[in-house]
Amino acid sequence: MNKNQSIKDLVCKLILDIAPEADMQNLDPNEELREELDLDSMDFMNLLDSIAKQTAVNIPESDYSKVNSLQALTDYIASRS
Amino acid sequence: MKTLTMPSFGADMAMGSIVKWNVKPGDQVAKGDIIASIETMKGLIDMEVFDNGTIVALIADEGDEVEVGRPIAELQLSNEEYSDNKSEETLLREGSPNVAVNSSSSINKIPVSDASAGQTVTNKTSLETTDSLNKNVHVQITQQPKISPAARTKAIRLGIDWRLLPKGTGPDGALLLDDINIAKKTLAKPGSGHVKDPSEAMREAIAATVSQSKRDIPHYYLQLDIVLDKALKWLSIHNADLDPNKRILITAVIFSAIARALNAFDAFNGFYRDGHYQPADSVHLGNAISLRQGGLMVAAIHDAQRLGLVDLMDKITDQVTRARKGGLRMSEMQDATVTVSNLGDRGTDSIQSIIFPPQVAIFGIGRPRVMPWVIDNKLSCATIVSISLAADHRVSDGHSGARLLNKINKLLQTPEKLI
Amino acid sequence: MKNQSLSYRDAMKNAISEAMRKDERVFLMGEDVGNYGGCYAVSKGLSAEFGANRIIDTPLSESGFVGAGIGAAMGGMRPIIEVMTVNFSLLALDQIVNNAATLRHMSGNQIGVPLVIRMATGAGKQLAAQHSHSLENWYAHVPGIKVLAPATVADARYMLSMALADPDPVILFEHVMLYNESAAIPEPEDCPDMHQALVRKDGNDISLVTYGGSLSKTLLAANELEKQGVSAEVVDLRCLRPLDTETVYKSVQKTHRVLVVDEGWHSGSLAGEICALVAEDCFWSLDAPPSRVCSKEVPIPYAQHLERAATPQVAQVVEAALKLLKRTVTA
Repeated sequence: MNKNQSIKDLVCKLILDIAPEADMQNLDPNEELREELDLDSMDFMNLLDSIAKQTAVNIPESDYSKVNSLQALTDYIASRS
Repeated sequence: MKTLTMPSFGADMAMGSIVKWNVKPGDQVAKGDIIASIETMKGLIDMEVFDNGTIVALIADEGDEVEVGRPIAELQLSNEEYSDNKSEETLLREGSPNVAVNSSSSINKIPVSDASAGQTVTNKTSLETTDSLNKNVHVQITQQPKISPAARTKAIRLGIDWRLLPKGTGPDGALLLDDINIAKKTLAKPGSGHVKDPSEAMREAIAATVSQSKRDIPHYYLQLDIVLDKALKWLSIHNADLDPNKRILITAVIFSAIARALNAFDAFNGFYRDGHYQPADSVHLGNAISLRQGGLMVAAIHDAQRLGLVDLMDKITDQVTRARKGGLRMSEMQDATVTVSNLGDRGTDSIQSIIFPPQVAIFGIGRPRVMPWVIDNKLSCATIVSISLAADHRVSDGHSGARLLNKINKLLQTPEKLI
Repeated sequence: MKNQSLSYRDAMKNAISEAMRKDERVFLMGEDVGNYGGCYAVSKGLSAEFGANRIIDTPLSESGFVGAGIGAAMGGMRPIIEVMTVNFSLLALDQIVNNAATLRHMSGNQIGVPLVIRMATGAGKQLAAQHSHSLENWYAHVPGIKVLAPATVADARYMLSMALADPDPVILFEHVMLYNESAAIPEPEDCPDMHQALVRKDGNDISLVTYGGSLSKTLLAANELEKQGVSAEVVDLRCLRPLDTETVYKSVQKTHRVLVVDEGWHSGSLAGEICALVAEDCFWSLDAPPSRVCSKEVPIPYAQHLERAATPQVAQVVEAALKLLKRTVTA
């Protein structure tokens, strides 16, 4: 649980780097992330890039559907790091 | 018109002196004629001319010492129609009013492929021939909208894009301080006394642009639904083992197809000004980047038709980052010859856009979506993207627009060729 | 009873006699300055007051007596050399440019040349081609000398003493058409430091920059422009080398337009220099190209109507200013 929380915090921070106005407090972690935060494909790629750099977890294109929400993304990273 | 330059008669020759001209302006010359005697370190050497034509002007005089490669004469080639299209050198020497009055940025701004006004060219891959250089310079010089330094400074300070303003009240339609002041008043909301913040100013600038566009440009609209599966499949294979920052987005593939297709369709890539259309000689693809806080910036990807997919993707990424952080360069803001509007994969099925004057076309890319589709007479599924084209009917017709869209489609069916 | 006004001529005469009374090192030398009282009557009566030793009639040899003056200055005197007109100064060009201007530099600051040269200049008296030059710009070109152009009675009265106080050569140019002009008797505060340009008339729409004999024409043009709704600012340069660019730039930055009125010929004129400086340093403030009204490219003619046609006139300045403001001439 601790590990998951710290990963979640990290992901939130990285999201804020890309979308500084994002309201992370009120974000439903199970809602579709890109839709909620208005992240386009470029933003999403930048996010995955910074995640890869910070966690060494490289998310391939084929797994994009598995990381749709903040929770899914967090879980995915946790399981691979 | 051909500019004759001091020839090199040896690798170590840097200068030559014109001892004697054998011709004068007006003389007809034939290929092989000796037109001058040149003194070099190696002695007196005869200079031949390699074309048939008429000597128009002698730029260097007898006795002048001239560096190798510098102009010494102008020759009107026989197989050219004689026109008033004088070379840049002659124009400058004669002090043509268009050349003299214009700010330095227009004299340095040679053909559109020269990246930026006033900046040195860094990575030009090919040299323009003298003829095309001269032709483009002449036209550029007469067509550059004019503005006084004071007006330009004020316009920049107010965030007004002066190139989109109607003609000013100065000589040759130059914009003056008063014109900018009037423009500012026109753009200002009536009754607003408060200081505008940048996003408001941007909104107003966009408003002015699109209003003028809809007023002045007779738009026609075409759309083509394109099957994207081949491109997507090729892309996923390409991206499979790559780090996120090396992956190519489908956007880049579509941009590349558009840029390359435009290469053969002059009437959709250039500028319409003062009742006259001038096709650009390279495709500087304007990428319409939306900003998080609202608003739009169009950043030009220079020579997009020449970039491979990897380079194009890098360029796009870099520009989007800089656009959102406010680090775009002036040349990127000014140079777009055509624009692409892309609402992204969570946008709408299609987008019909408004042309940014003085451009004459704009593409809209809808979101790729899976649809039922008939393939080989059978019902199947395909990922479809709708690409729309809005174009200026003063310059092109639906028939060529359709051919252009079809060409883009063709290119997208062979994505491996775009790399 | 005190005279209410003073002529430019008398102002200069008073300046000379005051300087000579204050400092016995000061003396005047030149052609016809003594017995004749000066070609333009500036030194009339001075010989009687100061004697032939201090009001010296020289032979007809500019190179000779300018050279002698340079020598006197080097020897500790404070000579005022009168060269009858700038036209004749050409014969002393070598003395002025190669000796007076350079000796401090060439001697490694061991020798100075505290010399004042006064010259009449300009056209308007039908003295024709060889006697109507305005060559202030030639001298303003040379490092080592200072060049002044007193255009008002106040400047004529008080610039001379400032020039005499300067340890280096100073040339004063007196336009021939100014000698008879009169104005109220000036006070010292009417003449600011000799290096300073002055705004003679405030305005907002255009800066008219000028000097010497052209000042009065420019002021008249400014009045004419006022009637046509144009607010012109008139800047009198006063000092041509060094130029008070600060005053000029301040004006141009306010009005965004500059027109220089200069009686020198157009090509290579001082006006050209000022236009270049404005283009270099005030470029971003300009709403119109820097412009100039100068003499036409001809030797100055003898016939009065031709002499007038060849030199800057009020109507020309008005027309040029209106053109810069893109307004057509009314009436």
